[in-house]
Amino acid sequence: MNRRDFVKSSGMLIVGISVGPPFMGGQLDAQNPGPYPDPDFLQLDSWIVIRADNTATFFVGKTDLGQGTGTAFRQIMSDELDIAFDKTSCVMGSTHNTVDQGGSGGSDALQTDGYPMRRVAAEARRVLLEMASKELGVPVTRLAVSDGVISVTEDNTTGVGSLSYGDLIGGKRFNVTLTGKNTDTTTGIAKLKPVQEMKNVGKSPQRHDIPGKVDGTVKWAVDMKAPGMVHARNVRPPVAGATLVSIDEASVKGIPGFVKVVSKGNYVAVVCEREENAIRAARQLKCEWKKPATAPFPTSENLFTYMRGATPSSTGKPIETGNVDAAFASAATVIEAEYDVPFQGHTSIGPAHAMADPSNDQMTIYTNDMKSYGMRNGVAEFLKMPRDRVRVIWMDGPQGYGRTAADDAGFEAAYIAKEIGRPVRVQWSRQEETAWDTKGPAYAFKMRGGLDAQGNVVALHYDACAADHNHLGYNEHETVLISQLMGTRKSPVSQGRASLPSDMYAIPNRRSTTRVVPLPMPFETPLRTGNLRDPDGPQVQFALESFIDELAVKAKADPVEFRLRMLQASRQDDSGFKRARSIACIKAAAEKFGWDSRPSPKSGGNPAGLSDGSAPGGGNPSGLPDIVTGRGMAYAFRSQTVVAQMCEVEVNRKTGRIWVKRIVVAHDCGLVINPEALIRVVEAGTLYGLSRALHEEVKFDAEKVTSVDWVTHPTLRHEDTPERIDVVIVNGDPNPNRPDLQHYGAGETMCKPTLAAVANAVFDATGVRMRRVPFVKANI
Amino acid sequence: MANITLRVNGKAHTVDVEPSTPLLYVLRNDLDLSGPKFGCGLGQCGACTVLIKGEAVRSCIRPVSQVAGQEITTLEGLAQNGKLHPLQQAWIDEQVPQCGFCQNGQILTAKALLDKTPNPTDAQIREGMNGTLCRCMTYYRINAAIKRAATVMA
Repeated sequence: MNRRDFVKSSGMLIVGISVGPPFMGGQLDAQNPGPYPDPDFLQLDSWIVIRADNTATFFVGKTDLGQGTGTAFRQIMSDELDIAFDKTSCVMGSTHNTVDQGGSGGSDALQTDGYPMRRVAAEARRVLLEMASKELGVPVTRLAVSDGVISVTEDNTTGVGSLSYGDLIGGKRFNVTLTGKNTDTTTGIAKLKPVQEMKNVGKSPQRHDIPGKVDGTVKWAVDMKAPGMVHARNVRPPVAGATLVSIDEASVKGIPGFVKVVSKGNYVAVVCEREENAIRAARQLKCEWKKPATAPFPTSENLFTYMRGATPSSTGKPIETGNVDAAFASAATVIEAEYDVPFQGHTSIGPAHAMADPSNDQMTIYTNDMKSYGMRNGVAEFLKMPRDRVRVIWMDGPQGYGRTAADDAGFEAAYIAKEIGRPVRVQWSRQEETAWDTKGPAYAFKMRGGLDAQGNVVALHYDACAADHNHLGYNEHETVLISQLMGTRKSPVSQGRASLPSDMYAIPNRRSTTRVVPLPMPFETPLRTGNLRDPDGPQVQFALESFIDELAVKAKADPVEFRLRMLQASRQDDSGFKRARSIACIKAAAEKFGWDSRPSPKSGGNPAGLSDGSAPGGGNPSGLPDIVTGRGMAYAFRSQTVVAQMCEVEVNRKTGRIWVKRIVVAHDCGLVINPEALIRVVEAGTLYGLSRALHEEVKFDAEKVTSVDWVTHPTLRHEDTPERIDVVIVNGDPNPNRPDLQHYGAGETMCKPTLAAVANAVFDATGVRMRRVPFVKANI
Repeated sequence: MANITLRVNGKAHTVDVEPSTPLLYVLRNDLDLSGPKFGCGLGQCGACTVLIKGEAVRSCIRPVSQVAGQEITTLEGLAQNGKLHPLQQAWIDEQVPQCGFCQNGQILTAKALLDKTPNPTDAQIREGMNGTLCRCMTYYRINAAIKRAATVMA
């Protein structure tokens, strides 16, 4: 359907039904032959449709990764429009139906796009009030709106009546032109409401996508079928960097329903009528591959030695405040520490997939791509098709938290569909996904800190080295995996980055040095880096907040008091009051946790260690129980969202098993739209950080990734679930009731501090410092 | 190829497929039952779970020929007479899912657990559910939802 048809047909569909479907997700749409021009972001009609039955649909150019952003958009937009929440629905992330707001990324849905969405809804309300004013013959100042019905105020006489939005505009276009340079700045002339007047904000309507997910009725991108559709499976090089020499097509010709081998360069796929036969053909296809002359990467065992010795491909400009060298020279105590974080995979629960339909000389891709617009643009360039002949219909999918920013399967499905002229479904295998998905970059850190005689931090040197050269985790026609395998080489390659930690500590003398090192093989590699949830936050915050804990130990200070001292050492703050909100979060977490103020480790100068004697400073392993407990904290921010975490761990000194028994998360993301949905996102995201702390590592030998499934790339399981998680919602703004209290993103910050919080608690329990992620016994 | 009759959610279906075909592909592609999901094809994650004779079974590694004639329940068949199963309702009440892709397996594995252990402790839930993976890490709410459903069903 194009938009006009959508308005028409959804109007018809809705007749007789008082409440529209809250979410109109993607569906098979084979009839509309295109073209598919972008909806005009400067037309109010591109954002909001109101029907005769007084229901409204919002068109949002974002995707909901299962964190409730669609429901939240309905809340803020129904408030600004002044229509009942349950009379609204939303359409998200399909390139021909919704304005290009970039899809998802950076947890910016509410933080950035929430504002234009509020403004267009407010503008629609303003326009409707003007229409009612003309219709009723009374000035706008004498009109009031409640739940989509405009009535005259201070008018006790009857007869003037009231008008619903549906009466005024139902099924018709607004034809109102907006202003703004881009989708972030789109606006009308109406003003936003003070947050105190937003009725749905702060309430917790249930997420509209959940019922269909628990009764099996929702159609996901993996479920899409089209008439004549065939199934494709990829055949990957057996070792990284291998070159395809030949394919023996006869090896699969006998498979029932065999359609074709599609191949170009080192990209190979098999196509069959039935899925199980495509799987069989992919296993059975005989290909001759030539191994590369040199190893594509070091082994995972040697990774950090390699990284520390490698020549950087880029070096960040050093950042320095104060006089660091002088401060170290005069410090009473100086300590140093190294920390290592390996490559960790996105490893989505559902491997990459997409369905592409080439009928009508266009290309429609049904996908869970979080950045559907990027895929539309990328596929158009990849297939050399006009952009308005390509559309991407976003649907629910398994999350990989950044994985689908480089949606390989969508490009592959589109390529094969164009080659064979039939709708094609591509599904990656588990082994393929775990080995070949995009990876979060490995980091090697060196920290150096100086304390004065009173135990204050006077100098800090943060040095980070990231294996992030050629960061290729995007929907670019020249860098998605199929394109690399076909021989495309983007030039110049992306330099990648090594990131800085996030804190508001007032440390007078501070230096940060960063560099990126390349692995030997930059293209066609299964160690291709992409944006893994908060791309580098969990890594860099593990180093910073572990080291801050080490400094607190050296200063014989309580870790909470030690951090608060550094946060309160300066009165300077940023425009979002992040320093004040950092203090508020740490205090709120400590109160909820019942923090016992004392230095770590718990056993003072006689740490427990592990029962194999791996305790620094001796200890007395034999006299202690097998299970020891401790508590730890860490804190972080991302953009303006601040999180403090405190956890209690049990460590089994015999087995090395770490169980996080309890976690408190104090979370300040400004104005909270839907508290219950937020709490669940924070709980799950915190456990995601825990999974990266305890289990996750991509392993590889010198020619291939050997982490290929859930045994070889373990993840958090039910058995790891804490007994209790408390999420404390904090509003640490110095003026908490400000009418323009900002709403910030909440999808990623919570997983940044978890690794350090757990590591610090393990130290408190055992006296053993976690220097290498994940915290399995071999790394301790 | 062979004609195989399956009983799924109370209905009989005859399909003409290779006997070794994993049940998952027949359910999804031939019977249009898309509740069970492909997650690994190795029996490691549980996304493909269905119930067969009350047991949670990994349909991605179960040849279709082995389940001919047996009563199979998928997520679509859990509600009775238009009323959600208490577990499904608890999943909504607790707002369990994030992305939701694994929840088919979580709900059906929980069903098999509660059928055997109607009032499970935290430890029994952790053990009974341990092989069913969630990459959004909704485990804490799954635990709460199972206990909520157990209370309702008691």
